[in-house]
Amino acid sequence: MSKKTLIPIGPYHPLQEEPELFKLYCDGEIVKDIKWVTGYNHRGIEKLSESKTYEQVFFLVERICGICSSSHPFAFANAVEEIADIEITDRAKYIRSIIGELERIHSHLLWVGLAGHFLGYNTLFMWAWKYREPVLDLFEMISGNRNSYAMFKVGGVRRDIEETKIPVIKKVLDDVKKKTDLLTGAVMDDPVIHARTKGVGILSKQDIIDYGAVGPTARASGVAIDVRKDDPYAAYPLVNWKVITAEAGDVFAKAQVRLLEMYESIYIIEQCLDGLKKEKTGDIALKVKEIPEGIGNGRAEAPRGEVFHFVVSDGSNSPARHKIRAPSYVNIATFKKSCIGQTIADATISLAAVDPCYCCTERMAVAYDISSGEKIMNASELINESVKKTNDIKRIIKSKL
Amino acid sequence: MEAELLIENFKEKFKSDILEIAVKNQKRISITVKPDSIINVAAFLYRKEGYRFIIASALHTKKGFEIHYHFSKDNLGLVLNIHVILDMDNPQIESLSNMFNASNWIEREMHELFGINFLNHPNQEKLISEGNWAEGVYPLRKEFK
Repeated sequence: MSKKTLIPIGPYHPLQEEPELFKLYCDGEIVKDIKWVTGYNHRGIEKLSESKTYEQVFFLVERICGICSSSHPFAFANAVEEIADIEITDRAKYIRSIIGELERIHSHLLWVGLAGHFLGYNTLFMWAWKYREPVLDLFEMISGNRNSYAMFKVGGVRRDIEETKIPVIKKVLDDVKKKTDLLTGAVMDDPVIHARTKGVGILSKQDIIDYGAVGPTARASGVAIDVRKDDPYAAYPLVNWKVITAEAGDVFAKAQVRLLEMYESIYIIEQCLDGLKKEKTGDIALKVKEIPEGIGNGRAEAPRGEVFHFVVSDGSNSPARHKIRAPSYVNIATFKKSCIGQTIADATISLAAVDPCYCCTERMAVAYDISSGEKIMNASELINESVKKTNDIKRIIKSKL
Repeated sequence: MEAELLIENFKEKFKSDILEIAVKNQKRISITVKPDSIINVAAFLYRKEGYRFIIASALHTKKGFEIHYHFSKDNLGLVLNIHVILDMDNPQIESLSNMFNASNWIEREMHELFGINFLNHPNQEKLISEGNWAEGVYPLRKEFK
């Protein structure tokens, strides 16, 4: 066997949902194998949850991920409400869906920016993050926090969206829609982005089924699964929208799915705001006295895919067992399919395409050759490799004009 | 309706392996089966009926080690829990990872946290605490008096 070079990506960033280390085993430019190491920052949240009351667990699971900090409480609320057979009011359903969709918009904008950065489009990166800011401001207006919104509780939500705030939200959404047009145009019509992302990091339908991948990763490979449609919760059955899919399964298809999903999210929020206007009365939260014995399977569609919470209640005031599965848990495993056989320059964007935790990918450590101990590549050099490839393609395209 | 149909099919195929069926509603069904039948049950669901493996949850109770295998039938919005109860002293069950990759990591995790042995697993090494946790100590096990 020929000697392979090891390129580690990681290991961790303490702010992230999943600190991780990717070891790319390369033969020359080509990635031959990939290994994944985790647990650097294992927080034992499943065990910790057993020592908290149902009300407290919301604050705990909200902190699993900083970017999708409403999808975990969302799934947990669905699980507990299933055990206790609670049907929340329509007003609470609308508010929950608004929060869920605003989060999807800001998360997808963040992804578009970072994907641009990896390809060498720093302008795209700065634009996308600039347009994300007003969405975070909306969160601050609604919940008081730009992140970790603390909006969810068993039986409803904690804070109302008053009528005076509705025009403000609508105005921001109109702006975001215009900016999304701009970004979609910039990504979809650029020949260089086409050259860099089409046919790169392909996942077939069979790969998706085999690894159980979810969310935009699955939908970009033509597997139309979306918990919001399949197992509707909150206000999703009350509004019109469609599941976005693509067939190619490459990085471009994943970008396409995310960009088009933002329009659907905007559309859902607009309908929910109209719903709030109609449902003027109605409590935002029901009084829940106790959670009976039983099991609950709570699901919610996070920006990255299905979040699954399994809660076992023994009739006491805290869960007897709380199993959490974040979407990246199944999506990251697909790297074995999407990265092997690619060049190192394409590995960065292939890893980024499933939208894992970015800071991890950002913090690519200095790498050493396993056998000689010789330094081979550091973080910025790895990104430079990707940027260089983009520039080469730009030059080729320019010379053909 | 689909739920009833599923249960009928399931009963017909695995009559002697079923210990209990609990139907919460059309979208949440839980079936307890004998641990020996897990490979056949999973093959039936995954290969024939087109279920997606979501994840598995292990728990340690007075009955022993329990595993809930969560399967999803996406076009019906159905979550089907296949529930098995393993022996308290020697918990082991066949691995499903040779059938689909989706169960590879979670079986490693359950092995690490509960000490459940997955037979014929392709690579049952630690997932979370590689190199920094004592051997033979399982953090999510409980002590019963």
